[in-house]
Amino acid sequence: MFITYLRRELRHRRKQTAVVAAGLAVAIALVMVVSSVAAGVRDAQASVLESVYGVGTDVTVTQTAEPGADGGGPGRFDFGAQDGESSDDGATRELSQSQLGLARGTASFDAAALDTVAGVDHVTDAAATLTLESTSFSGEMPDPSQATDPGQAPTAGTGTADGADGGPDGAGGSSFQVDRFTVTGVDPAADAVGPLTTVEVADGRGLEAADSDAQVAVLDAQYAAQADLAVGDTVTVGDADLEVVGTVTSSSGEGVATSADVYVPLAVAQALADLDGQVTDVYVAVDSASNVDAVAAAVETALPDATVSTQSDLAGDVTGSLSTASSLVQKLGTALSVVVLLAAFGLAVLFTVSGVNRRTRELGTLKAIGWPRRRVVGQIAGESAVQGLLGGVAGIVLGGVAVLAINLAGITLSGSSGGGFTFGGPGAGGAPGGTDAAAQGAAAGPGGGGGPFGGAAEAAQQAVDVVLHAPVTPWVVAAAVGLALLGGLVAGVVGGSRAARLRPAEALRSLA
Amino acid sequence: MYQIEGLTKTYTQGKRTVHALQDVDLTIADGELVAIQGPTGGGKSTLLQMLGGLDRPTSGRVRLAGDDLAAMDDARLTRARADRIGFVFQHFNLIPTLTAQENVETALVPAGTPADERARRAQAALAQVGLAERAGHLPGELSGGQQQRVAIARALVKEPAVLLADEPTGNLDEATRDDIVGLLEGLWTQRGLTVVMVTHDSVVARRAQRRLRIAGGRVSEV
Ligand SMILES: Nc1ncnc2c1ncn2[C@@H]1O[C@H](COP(=O)(O)OP(=O)(O)OP(=O)(O)O)[C@@H](O)[C@H]1O
Ligand SMILES: [Mg+2]
Repeated sequence: MFITYLRRELRHRRKQTAVVAAGLAVAIALVMVVSSVAAGVRDAQASVLESVYGVGTDVTVTQTAEPGADGGGPGRFDFGAQDGESSDDGATRELSQSQLGLARGTASFDAAALDTVAGVDHVTDAAATLTLESTSFSGEMPDPSQATDPGQAPTAGTGTADGADGGPDGAGGSSFQVDRFTVTGVDPAADAVGPLTTVEVADGRGLEAADSDAQVAVLDAQYAAQADLAVGDTVTVGDADLEVVGTVTSSSGEGVATSADVYVPLAVAQALADLDGQVTDVYVAVDSASNVDAVAAAVETALPDATVSTQSDLAGDVTGSLSTASSLVQKLGTALSVVVLLAAFGLAVLFTVSGVNRRTRELGTLKAIGWPRRRVVGQIAGESAVQGLLGGVAGIVLGGVAVLAINLAGITLSGSSGGGFTFGGPGAGGAPGGTDAAAQGAAAGPGGGGGPFGGAAEAAQQAVDVVLHAPVTPWVVAAAVGLALLGGLVAGVVGGSRAARLRPAEALRSLA
Repeated sequence: MYQIEGLTKTYTQGKRTVHALQDVDLTIADGELVAIQGPTGGGKSTLLQMLGGLDRPTSGRVRLAGDDLAAMDDARLTRARADRIGFVFQHFNLIPTLTAQENVETALVPAGTPADERARRAQAALAQVGLAERAGHLPGELSGGQQQRVAIARALVKEPAVLLADEPTGNLDEATRDDIVGLLEGLWTQRGLTVVMVTHDSVVARRAQRRLRIAGGRVSEV
């Protein structure tokens, strides 16, 4: 009788049932989308961190450059008036220069720090890397020696060139290319932690212990494709030509760039950058998660100048569209879910209560013929619980479709971690902005290339792209059903307590 | 069946108080068919509510076969309504979403009667009021007289000791009215029920064994 009555009642007022269930469904779907997107964004953050810092890294040690200190930021290109070769017409000069140095904002420190860190209790592994930035410039520009020719207009002196000599767009005789990529020196023998733990060899081979002093390099596959390099070619790093022995891709996801464009043996990187015995990052693995904070504190004490970051510190440093997505999902998504959920619950309560009011005589009659109060209340609560369940099921379907759509849309989030060094993917430095900035600097006269490159370096800080995958976990589905049922029960309790108050005398007295 | 002593019911609405029943003493014997008449607002429905345990008196005693309904707790009063008292209402009060058969079955729900027995007894009750063929119809698909027959079947299916009817023919035309009164009389004689019926209709009242008149909350024999 309970089931028959319940079914008839819900079918009889299909419209209200549909409205209440639809309201709950929308709310549930929203909660589902928000929570799975939030989980997806969390995963994406984790994979950004992983691709930057490697798997198993619990603590990283870096050092930030002090303002004004040497190091940090690409150097200036200094082209003297006699540099390069004059072109045939004598008006322009062919110039080409490559620079290798620390990335802007980072500082190197003594590799002895590695031993200090390795000696800290609970540290199971530690590896040091030297991250560098290579910027090379090649092209032609107006010959400054021609510009100072007395026969020219007197205002066109060196360093005051304006649009007539070369506009901001590089017109006026300048034509050149700026290529920027990141170089990470890694210890080929220490492979338990560090950036190479999240890469897979795509072609050729990886760096091996025997490579410690070899003039070899391994390239990020995306960078290799973009720079048109393959195994067997050579890549110019600083003033050396290194043999490309392999290419690697990230193991944390398809299309995810690895943390650097070029990997070379640590000793080679140190020698090329003139930074013997220096490193920029120490990656530390800790024996258990509960000791991470203690290890970080111990390292801080041992190395007072260093910046010590744990994974959870680093998660907060992830920037870019990923962090926008993360805060959007967290703030807006959560607020929206709460509002919609409350509205849906309110709707369910409203309809249930008005349903009970309209059925005053019917429910009073049941009491009059001897139905106990709990049976009448149970009937009402049962009806609204089933409404809630219908809404929950519809919501799961709706939410599932929405999440599927989000996953199929292949939304790409890019994130970069501001953890003290830049890391570039394919296309780094090839940005047109860099060229423009360089053009302006170059047009301003020989030797004027330093300042604008700073802007180019910032713009070119390449992020790791991660395709958003929002997972629907059983937990989310269970929570959705739970919420829908809760909505139904809240309505049932409110409506039911009204039904409980109905006096059977109403049944006899009510007209209508 | 009923021994009523000093029964008083006073309704208070804000500052206004209405004395719907005033110090009523009344005895109704087993198997009696009692008709209650009187002017509107006289207290007929109120008396029936007290007899049926639908509301509690302000003071006095309402003994049903010795048990004072006024002194019972809610659970026992509910049980008394479920087991011993059958109601027929002026407006039929059927559940609109349930079929005739299911409406009759609702009366057996509180007793926890198993589903198959419930169905069998509901069918028998419907047959007794001449509606065996209409068991699967919804109230909206039945005429007023047929609906009241379903309501009577619902009141009788649990085999109560007493049947209380508040203007059972009030919403019916004359021919149907005679049908329903005839049906109630027949059931009364067959089953040895005690029937208390409120009616405005003197024709109906005259067919009763005993007639009472309530006016201004006081009961008198006619
Ligand atoms: N719930 C209530 N609250 C306030 N007053 C009430 C209530 N129920 C009944 N009354 C009053 O009690 C008096 C008796 O009402 P009752 O319904 O018993 O009369 P009745 O004889 O059945 O009238 P009718 O023939 O119109 O059905 C009336 O004055 C009525 O207004
Ligand atoms: Mg009345």
